[in-house]
Amino acid sequence: MSNDTKYTITTDKLNLWYGDFQALINVTVNIADGIITGLIGPSGCGKTTLLRCFNRVNERYGNVTTTGEILINGKNIYDDDVSLPELRKAIGMVFQRPNPLPISVYENVVFGLRVHSRRKNIKKSEMDEVVEKSLREVFLWDDLKDKLDKKATGLQLEQQQKLCIARLLPLKPDIILMDEPCSALDSESTRAVEELMLTLAGKYTIVIVTHNMAQARRVSDECIFMLLGEIMEHTRTEEMFLTPKNPKTADYIEGRYG
Amino acid sequence: MGNRKQLEIITESAIEWLIRICGISAILFVFGIFFFVFREGAEFLFGGLDLWQFLTSPEWYPTSVSQKRYGVLALMAGTASVTLLSMAIAVPFGLGAAIYVSEFCGPKAKETFKIVIELLAAIPSVVWGFIGLTLMNELIITLFDAPIGLTVLNGGIILALMSVPIIVSIGEDALKAVPDSYREAAEALGSTRWQMIYRVLLPAAKNGLLAAVLLGVARAVGETMAVLMATGHAVKIPGSVLDSVRTLTATIAAELGEAPVASDHYQVLFIIGILLFTITFAVNLIADLVVKGIKEQ
Ligand SMILES: Nc1ncnc2c1ncn2[C@@H]1O[C@H](COP(=O)(O)OP(=O)(O)O)[C@@H](O)[C@H]1O
Ligand SMILES: [Mg+2]
Repeated sequence: MSNDTKYTITTDKLNLWYGDFQALINVTVNIADGIITGLIGPSGCGKTTLLRCFNRVNERYGNVTTTGEILINGKNIYDDDVSLPELRKAIGMVFQRPNPLPISVYENVVFGLRVHSRRKNIKKSEMDEVVEKSLREVFLWDDLKDKLDKKATGLQLEQQQKLCIARLLPLKPDIILMDEPCSALDSESTRAVEELMLTLAGKYTIVIVTHNMAQARRVSDECIFMLLGEIMEHTRTEEMFLTPKNPKTADYIEGRYG
Repeated sequence: MGNRKQLEIITESAIEWLIRICGISAILFVFGIFFFVFREGAEFLFGGLDLWQFLTSPEWYPTSVSQKRYGVLALMAGTASVTLLSMAIAVPFGLGAAIYVSEFCGPKAKETFKIVIELLAAIPSVVWGFIGLTLMNELIITLFDAPIGLTVLNGGIILALMSVPIIVSIGEDALKAVPDSYREAAEALGSTRWQMIYRVLLPAAKNGLLAAVLLGVARAVGETMAVLMATGHAVKIPGSVLDSVRTLTATIAAELGEAPVASDHYQVLFIIGILLFTITFAVNLIADLVVKGIKEQ
């Protein structure tokens, strides 16, 4: 990593508690711009928790306390003048279980626009264009162009998850966070979604949580290994899998933890 | 070992039968009640009663010596006006409270709120009628300078207070049943609480919310004692909310005791019962159809 690398997300001594259980301990990471960063580690080590800090959805639970700093593009997201809708507009999130909204495919894609647009009525032609472009970008247009009025919750899981990615795109986010986006999908759909991630890389900074080693190797440029709420190692993916520096990383990669 | 298994099989099937009987008896009771009400009124319904006049005439003189007239239009108007007014008050309040309890309340406030709502639901209807007869009556007389406070307004407010607990608790159940992942998805896309509520939550819960409203309507249509006491007992089509009216239910309650058994008057009251039955049945049927229609989309 050279010195002029641009970092999109940096955290400084981030600690997080659920009630009095500490789920993140002194997390300090720098996540580089425009690449895919994998977040790996055994179940319960705090991957989801860390990811959910970046767009502050963790705060939906009442019992969360956080200390430390998170800077997104240089701006501390815990500053008082940060607006959550704006923050979440810039940082899209894909969840472990596909969670399209129980409205039509079309409305799912334009949901973000409707929510964020100051104008009352966005032109129909404008929205049609956005829908086509977003669905094309996730390779769903050909499958769904005749089903735009269908309820999104009735689609196949793979289509649902791709749709969940597509609906982020009209907002032109800087960052896309993905929490085990393939864990509810079969292997073929997993491959399709992975391919999609690779086409999106470069345009967006992507952070993906996965417990699937092979997936981390296939898609990520850099990898972060977490254990019990702490960052153990953060390097280029090839390095982590070929020459892990931390013996605990080696143990995990070789399958000695769950 | 063998014995125990046998015993289990017997108790198992006994329980199964018991449950089946409970289910069937519910259906039997409904039909039984309908049959009984129908039988009491059938003779006059098919011989003597002018059904057209019954439904379209506002003249209700069941005890007139010279010319008895049985028109329930004014009574239907009474029921409709009181029900509509009460729903106009109770639906926004009830749904608003349901949204507040389910989405904005902390866990402690939620507990308190629910207890209060349950208390409200537990007040007997005759007590509500009493409040209408005294407190509300005087309030309306002073506020509106009206000659009498026992009016559509009075009954509507009392019925609204009685329906709100139902709408709140059923509405809250409906909102609670919406998966949290929908809320999370909407919020992660940057919607505010309110945007999330009206763009996602309300559409997702609309079946349950509709059920809540219709149960409120059914409560209002069927309520007897409170409206009997609060609406002033005047058989006429109301011109404003400050007019006194009488509802279908109040008429049955007030007159059945005095009507000689099996007389025309007695039978007409049962026919009003059938009418009420038909109205609530229609409300339920419409609700079912609407809900089905929503599901198929
Ligand atoms: N809402 C919550 N309340 C309390 N504890 C939680 C909550 N969410 C997660 N945890 C705990 O925090 C730890 C980290 O969880 P999580 O971030 O989901 O791990 P991972 O995604 O790596 O499996 C776990 O021990 C988990 O039990
Ligand atoms: Mg997780």
